[in-house]
Amino acid sequence: MNNVALIPAGTMFFLSPLLVGIINKTKAFFAGRQGVPLLQAYYDIYKLLHKGAVYSRTTTWVFRAGPAVGLGVLFLAALIVPCGSTGSVISFPGDIILLAYLLGLARFFMALAALDTGSSFEGMGASREMHFSVLAEPAFILGIAALMRQTGELSLGGIYGSLSPHLWLSAGPVLIFVCAALMLVLLAENCRVPVDDPNTHLELTMIHEVMVLDHSGPDLAFILYSQCLKLWVFGTLVAGLVVPAASGNAVLCFCVFAGSMAMVSVITGVVESIMARFRLIKIPLLLIGALSLSILALLFQVR
Amino acid sequence: MKEWVDIVLIAIVVANLMLLVSSRLAACIRIVAVQGIAAGILPLVMHPSEIGLEMLAFSGCSIILKGVVFPWLLSRVLREGNVRREVEAFVSFSSSVIVGVICTGLAFWITRRLPLPVTVLSPLIIPVSFATIFIGLFVITSRVQAMTQVLGYLVLENGIYVTGMAFLVQQPVVVELGILLDIFVAVFVMGIAIFHISREFDHIDTQQLSKLRDN
Repeated sequence: MNNVALIPAGTMFFLSPLLVGIINKTKAFFAGRQGVPLLQAYYDIYKLLHKGAVYSRTTTWVFRAGPAVGLGVLFLAALIVPCGSTGSVISFPGDIILLAYLLGLARFFMALAALDTGSSFEGMGASREMHFSVLAEPAFILGIAALMRQTGELSLGGIYGSLSPHLWLSAGPVLIFVCAALMLVLLAENCRVPVDDPNTHLELTMIHEVMVLDHSGPDLAFILYSQCLKLWVFGTLVAGLVVPAASGNAVLCFCVFAGSMAMVSVITGVVESIMARFRLIKIPLLLIGALSLSILALLFQVR
Repeated sequence: MKEWVDIVLIAIVVANLMLLVSSRLAACIRIVAVQGIAAGILPLVMHPSEIGLEMLAFSGCSIILKGVVFPWLLSRVLREGNVRREVEAFVSFSSSVIVGVICTGLAFWITRRLPLPVTVLSPLIIPVSFATIFIGLFVITSRVQAMTQVLGYLVLENGIYVTGMAFLVQQPVVVELGILLDIFVAVFVMGIAIFHISREFDHIDTQQLSKLRDN
């Protein structure tokens, strides 16, 4: 346990819904709108927590367990990723594998809960989510593996602690490729625009949104919050790479880190504003592209 | 300057992969043009201390040829010759990317076993140039239209050019100019040929060319 990291990790649980707000504000700015309030995600979660849940008679305990398991697992996952250079709360060699499996577990329960409703739409969403994550996961793991090899560290905290502007000069190509691959994985895993449109409610095209159609009340609040945490988890991995803060001052470090997280959300918002959603059959191509970037990062290292 | 060399090489590798995924011929032409420009500025960033009139002329020549003249010729064919604007391939785009990555891996594997006569500035140059050559060959063999084959040929030439750049110390300028001239003639002839073929017949599908009789 890293006690110093508890403070940034604690603030993370409060700040993560803000990322969604920043993305939405950026999109509103590009569209010339006022947009929803910055804190809308908080309002939504608060509102949903005070509502009752409706459960279909065809569902079993799996449907009720899905959101809770997802939230718990992402809570743990958020403790593993490092916040800036203060390191992560839980850190041990090879924790990336635990992180990948935790995200996989959350996805598995989400898909099971979707299948449990017996709705054909939700089954379709679950199938798509699984299909795309099969392609996104190797891109993610191989990208981090390239970083591991580059820094010689085996834990996420160690990897992100040893990143420095100096490393960007000596191993620029590797870091650029990993960064691009992780950003694509972020967009795919968080159902952002080139892959999935978080605003759409057209059942035939949506991926993630279709899986949570039958959840309501606190369950939906759990799902919304765990989505925010997931965005935070992937955001930290990208932000820590782009802005390697390695100063001794913990407060300054955290400020730089928070700034870079905001920057990642703004970039996500810009991507959403200037790009159209890809056709469904084009998405595997995008993810294979991310995978090939990760493989290139590994290759550029082994040379 | 090693960082700048690395950035140029990354641009070349990314252009390779983007060529394999893009489904529009116009986009492919643009990607190959960008790759040509990147290859053209490579000698300038590799040997900034030796920039003289000769090198500037050489570099400028190849940038203008590959970045302006070839794309202009090819897009003229695309515009005026009745060419399909989508890339048609024997291999799907996803498989193409995978083959591209395998080609790049192969290039890295081969060049680790290859003894080099001189020390090169960046260890990435030789693998990147080999990868570009392989991917150029793959584009030539896996795409249907004559236009994409010209593009594959250009990518192949970019790869050879980058290989030559690694050994620029021995002044291969004459050789390079010879290659450039060859390519220029090739593109010129192909451009005119495609233009004329597509005026005479209503397609430039190379698959159809292998069948001699009418059916």
